[in-house]
Amino acid sequence: MTETAAVHDRRAGVGEVLLDVRDLKTYFHVMDGTVKAVDGVSFTLRKGGRLALVGESGCGKSVTALSIMRLIETPPGEFAGGEILFDGQDVLKLDDRAIRKVRGGEIAMIFQEPMTSLNPVMSVGDQIIEAVLLHQKVDKKGAHDIAVAALQDVGVADPKRRVKQYPHELSGGMRQRIMIAMALSCNPKLIIADEPTTALDVTIQRQILELIKTIQERTGAALLLITHDLGVVAETVDEVAVMYAGRVVETGTVEEVLLHPRMPYTRGLLESIPSQAKRGQRLSAIKGTVPNPFRMPSGCKFAPRCPYAWDICSESEPDLIQLGSERTARCWLNDPRYHDRLEAYEASRPGGHG
Amino acid sequence: MTMPSGSPDPSFSEVDAAPAEMPVAVYRPENASASDASGGSDSAGRPTGAPAENLITIEDLKTYYPIRAGLLRRTVGNVRAVDGVSFEIRRGEIFGLVGESGCGKTTLGRTLVRLEKSTSGQAHFDGTDLLTLHGSGLKKFRRRMQVIFQDPVGSLNPRMPVSDLIGEGLLAQATPENGWADRKVRDKRIGDYLEEVGLRRDYSRRYPHEFSGGQRQRVGIARALALEPEFIFADEPVSALDVSIQSQVLNLLLDLRERFNLTFLFVAHNLSVVQYISDRVGVMYLGRLVEVAEVADLYAGPRHPYTVALLSAVPDPDPRVRKKHLVLKGDVPSPAAPPSGCRFHTRCWLYEQLGKPEKCTTDDPSLRVVEQGGHLAACHFSENLDDAVVRQTVATQDVVQTTVPVEA
Repeated sequence: MTETAAVHDRRAGVGEVLLDVRDLKTYFHVMDGTVKAVDGVSFTLRKGGRLALVGESGCGKSVTALSIMRLIETPPGEFAGGEILFDGQDVLKLDDRAIRKVRGGEIAMIFQEPMTSLNPVMSVGDQIIEAVLLHQKVDKKGAHDIAVAALQDVGVADPKRRVKQYPHELSGGMRQRIMIAMALSCNPKLIIADEPTTALDVTIQRQILELIKTIQERTGAALLLITHDLGVVAETVDEVAVMYAGRVVETGTVEEVLLHPRMPYTRGLLESIPSQAKRGQRLSAIKGTVPNPFRMPSGCKFAPRCPYAWDICSESEPDLIQLGSERTARCWLNDPRYHDRLEAYEASRPGGHG
Repeated sequence: MTMPSGSPDPSFSEVDAAPAEMPVAVYRPENASASDASGGSDSAGRPTGAPAENLITIEDLKTYYPIRAGLLRRTVGNVRAVDGVSFEIRRGEIFGLVGESGCGKTTLGRTLVRLEKSTSGQAHFDGTDLLTLHGSGLKKFRRRMQVIFQDPVGSLNPRMPVSDLIGEGLLAQATPENGWADRKVRDKRIGDYLEEVGLRRDYSRRYPHEFSGGQRQRVGIARALALEPEFIFADEPVSALDVSIQSQVLNLLLDLRERFNLTFLFVAHNLSVVQYISDRVGVMYLGRLVEVAEVADLYAGPRHPYTVALLSAVPDPDPRVRKKHLVLKGDVPSPAAPPSGCRFHTRCWLYEQLGKPEKCTTDDPSLRVVEQGGHLAACHFSENLDDAVVRQTVATQDVVQTTVPVEA
């Protein structure tokens, strides 16, 4: 999208653009038709920056992450459009050899379920060593040392004994640490963490979140965090892109988006979170459910569930409207022509946040 | 790891509550009155609307699963899923039970509704001994206690239309008085309860796969409600749902509680959900109840170091907060071989801060009154908990080196 492209230069901060996703379209051709899982997603992430893709199940956030890693099987998947510029080169145009160098080397990924992403019949040490040998010019002994050091870095006590263990001997939190050690062992420029703490208990989630934050700061790698948990977003990253129905619907700094959402969907998500303050009142739920991917509404995809929608919303889909140098929202409320409606929306803002 | 000492069972030992010899209680330094423990009176005059009468009382309940090994499958040990739990659920309240996976919260609920067999202990429902019921007596009782399961997919038979999913229970509980044996009566009732949970009457002909996750959970709720239960064990009822759907279901549960005078045991791991919906809350760790209090008291002034750590761990969606969190070390130990003394001492930050007092490793703390308003905690050093010691811990902790060495 052009408007996001224009933003880059004006952004002050961490570094130059590392990842630039432009109008990405990832479709899946299945028996019943075509699922447009990702349909025009654009965002940028700077070197050393921290960005979260947020949304509910089926919004396309994980498919976006897998597309960046080129881990989408084609067919049934198809990259139907757009580009993913990583360090200046389009990931979608790389040949198999080149993408293998990037994948796991320059871009590392931490998955939600460490049990299914680790090989059950290989010791964790051997799995890290395999990754190191693939991406670095070291011998087996050197790779072993790197593996032990990586485990030490992620807070694994007794790493020399841990390398000999198999995934089933480890707890969920320990497995996630192994994944993180593996991701770090090749000094990536970008770490993609797809729901890294969703499968974990709250005290273990806390351990892993602190670890990811510390590691990110220590290594200076950029972090792309995929999550549905706005609490995790608020404390882990600096920028957010909210996704709905395969689209980015709002972007900005964490403070701007979570405290002053300019897209009713984001506001709805925030208001749905239960808390002490809301005791005794009904939670303001978002009515209805996410649209069926085969029967996407025309116009704004959120319009059928939106309490602020009017005629235009079901007729025509808004672009990501530029609200400031670091701020966009895909909602007609932000069109200058409907300023009075935006004022009403702002005025209707309930207590809770703010 | 040592086996636990044969310490006495953790029933409410109110004698322990005498605060005179203890350091002054931190949050609200008033003498705890022992009579509050089971009274049901409100703390600090806050209206809860919860009547004092207990619907369910549980005493020293234990549910063990045998570990079998060898050719003869001899029992070589026990997984102590629930290991001596006592508390009561008041009529009309929502009692929230929180804790991490493996703490026994789900097993406790399943034991109560007789889906698991208890090993020992007592549970009374409205005066009736729940755990000795059998045969037709048990069957009759099942109507009064229903379950809403976590997984709306796994708990609905995919080959049955909704009319059968709900009708099955009605047929099983049919009596001449209620007339549920008559198909017409059942169908009317199924339609009524579908509407009650916000679905359309004609959905009764549909199969589970035709519904979204939130709608399936509504079917599960309608199934429980159609039998007119007094008590519902809700086992992680919103954990599998997205946040926007989760709030719809929470609203529904609160509405239905009002409308049908329901009492809930609400088990969840999401602390915000439990805070929103519960009147009182119990915190479990490794088969034990470690803290029980009115919801506001528990969240504002936790009196067990585990609860402090749990609450501190929750990420706050307000980006202005960015608080420092207390990080617990290690993982939950195996319930087959719980640590000696206080089960939490192997991960306890307060134990470390206090210079590892021996008492924590030798004496199993009982649940005792630590604060007025029936605030109970099972910690020898609950009185040493205050903001200063939490701040001190957070300031000096290593947030990366939080694992423990491999066991030999």
